[in-house]
Amino acid sequence: MDIHEYQAKEVLSNFGVAIPQGALAYSPEQAAYRAREMGGERWVVKAQVHAGGRGKAGGVKVCESDVEIQECTEEMFGKKLVTHQTGPEGKGIYRVYVEAAVPIDREIYLGFVLDRSSQRIMIVASGEGGMEIEDISATRPETIVRATVEPAVGLQEFQCREIAFKLGIEAGLVQHLVRTLQGCYRAFTELDATMVEINPLVITGDNRILALDAKMTFDDNALFRHPQISELRDKSQEDPREARAADRGLSYVGLDGNIGCIVNGAGLAMATMDTIKLAGGEPANFLDIGGGATPERVAKAFRLVMSDKNVQAVLVNIFAGINRCDWVAEGVVQALREVQVDVPVIVRLAGTNVSEGQKILAQSGLPLIRATTLNEAAERAVGAWQSDLNQSTKVRAS
Amino acid sequence: MSIFLDRDTRVIVQGITGKMARFHTRDMIEYGTNVVGGVVPGKGGETVEGLPVFDTVKDAVAETGAEATLVFVPPPFAADSIMEAADAGIRYCVCITDGIPAQDMIRVKRYMYRYPKERRMVLTGPNCAGTISPGKALLGIMPGHIYLQGNVGIVGRSGTLGYEAAAQLKEHGIGVSTSVGIGGDPINGSSFRDILERFEADDETDLICMIGEIGGPQEAEAAEYIRDHISKPVVAYVAGLTAPKGRTMGHAGAIISAFGESASEKVEILSSAGVTVAENPAVIGETIARVMQ
Repeated sequence: MDIHEYQAKEVLSNFGVAIPQGALAYSPEQAAYRAREMGGERWVVKAQVHAGGRGKAGGVKVCESDVEIQECTEEMFGKKLVTHQTGPEGKGIYRVYVEAAVPIDREIYLGFVLDRSSQRIMIVASGEGGMEIEDISATRPETIVRATVEPAVGLQEFQCREIAFKLGIEAGLVQHLVRTLQGCYRAFTELDATMVEINPLVITGDNRILALDAKMTFDDNALFRHPQISELRDKSQEDPREARAADRGLSYVGLDGNIGCIVNGAGLAMATMDTIKLAGGEPANFLDIGGGATPERVAKAFRLVMSDKNVQAVLVNIFAGINRCDWVAEGVVQALREVQVDVPVIVRLAGTNVSEGQKILAQSGLPLIRATTLNEAAERAVGAWQSDLNQSTKVRAS
Repeated sequence: MSIFLDRDTRVIVQGITGKMARFHTRDMIEYGTNVVGGVVPGKGGETVEGLPVFDTVKDAVAETGAEATLVFVPPPFAADSIMEAADAGIRYCVCITDGIPAQDMIRVKRYMYRYPKERRMVLTGPNCAGTISPGKALLGIMPGHIYLQGNVGIVGRSGTLGYEAAAQLKEHGIGVSTSVGIGGDPINGSSFRDILERFEADDETDLICMIGEIGGPQEAEAAEYIRDHISKPVVAYVAGLTAPKGRTMGHAGAIISAFGESASEKVEILSSAGVTVAENPAVIGETIARVMQ
């Protein structure tokens, strides 16, 4: 789960990471008021969306008066911000963060990640802050400093000092950086984060170390023990279909194609999408309905897939192991009687009791297209999508 | 014996009183697995499917001589259960549970290293379908009847995709020595490399089928290991050709976040290490049949 910059800053500051003075606003008037309340002469106004690359996309503005703040936030509120991370549809701006501008001497990149190779938490830092880490590792890999943390004892001070000296931090500020690193580490472990990124961490003209931007991602699997973090979820920043799927216990990712997929198991779902692509089509989604393909789950899956207006054919691929094909077939038939599906539906069942399952599909009277192998299913789905969409292969709710 | 299991391997089920655990315990017994008991704290003395339930894994080991365990415990408590098994002297643990926090798994891995290698428990999973040595024993939730007994070793992250591969092999009349699910989580007990090492040393395995997916470094690490240490032919498939960068595809670990983590990059790395890659999941069985000739 992602959270907003202002939320990440608040979380990190509770762990001793210093941040500039700032305040949240839900309207242009409030943004201007926040600046007046804060005082000072220059402010940075930042659109709060769950995506990086806001600066280049016009989501970060430096303002020198409250009038200017009001004007520039009027441009922001209610708009969709399109950055290289949001996709073409962008993310809605409903909150802005107003922050006192600080004089910057140096920018540092700081990231904490779960390193899958060492299976430990890894700190990644670079003196080339402000750039994205992908760009730093492409253009200035020699500036990157890494350290992994021994989980039994946690992050040690000497490791933090080593990072500070490698980054060339002046002696008087080393302890500040040690505190910042340890604060981030504690926030990471105590709140079950999977990523903490401060980019840039700045050294100011008056010798302070401040987190100028902050990003945190949390482990969805650990939210059960952090209700205060779950509350930070902002559904306006999520794809509505994915959010709805998550609420129903389905795993869904929307894509750009037009062949909808309903599959049990994440690996088989990805493999099904691959087969569609190889057969000349484009999948509209990833959808794993989980091990038990009950009629309710299949019906939910159809509703979800059909809520994507680009879907012109649906491929159901279920490998029934413990749950038998005849049972899954009944689920599919029942779901199709409940849900209005007016595009061709291709069903491939495999595993236990496959012939009984096929019989149920054939006798249902529904104009389903049946397939036995994975290849056949993908080819028939692509064929059905390519042929005239107004043909008689339509399935009607009865 | 096969790489982890045999007909005689004494198996316990942690969390045996749960509905799913009962169902799969029955299924494992029917398959011929030597299930000797279960563990549920506070339910010691009860019986499930005629098997004794113990309060602790240590009790179960003392009373039954259990060597292997299947962890069917809900996510908040699963890491603790795995560590309990490791401490009680269990030799092999399969964890089915999906949804264990990643940092719990970091602690589990660290904890297991307390023990010297000869006494260290082997963990496969979490978030996997289990391990089966067809005709011998099943420690997991896979449908046993789709596997023929034979000489192909399967290692994969995904459950149902592994079933797909086994079913394709069966259609070609090809059997399986052992199939191991390493699970879809970012931090897992055993890597592809760990299982490949076992298959290389296993007399019953002549060919290895590796089913990878997007995300993480383990397929690339396996490629390097195959190039330097594996003499048996390896056939691989990597799922997620169409997966967009930065999105989690169902499995917590299936996310492309760095260079070398996409399906096409993994295919390239594996191919250059001498692995035969099936580009289409529908031809995994066919490809293995061809390589075996």
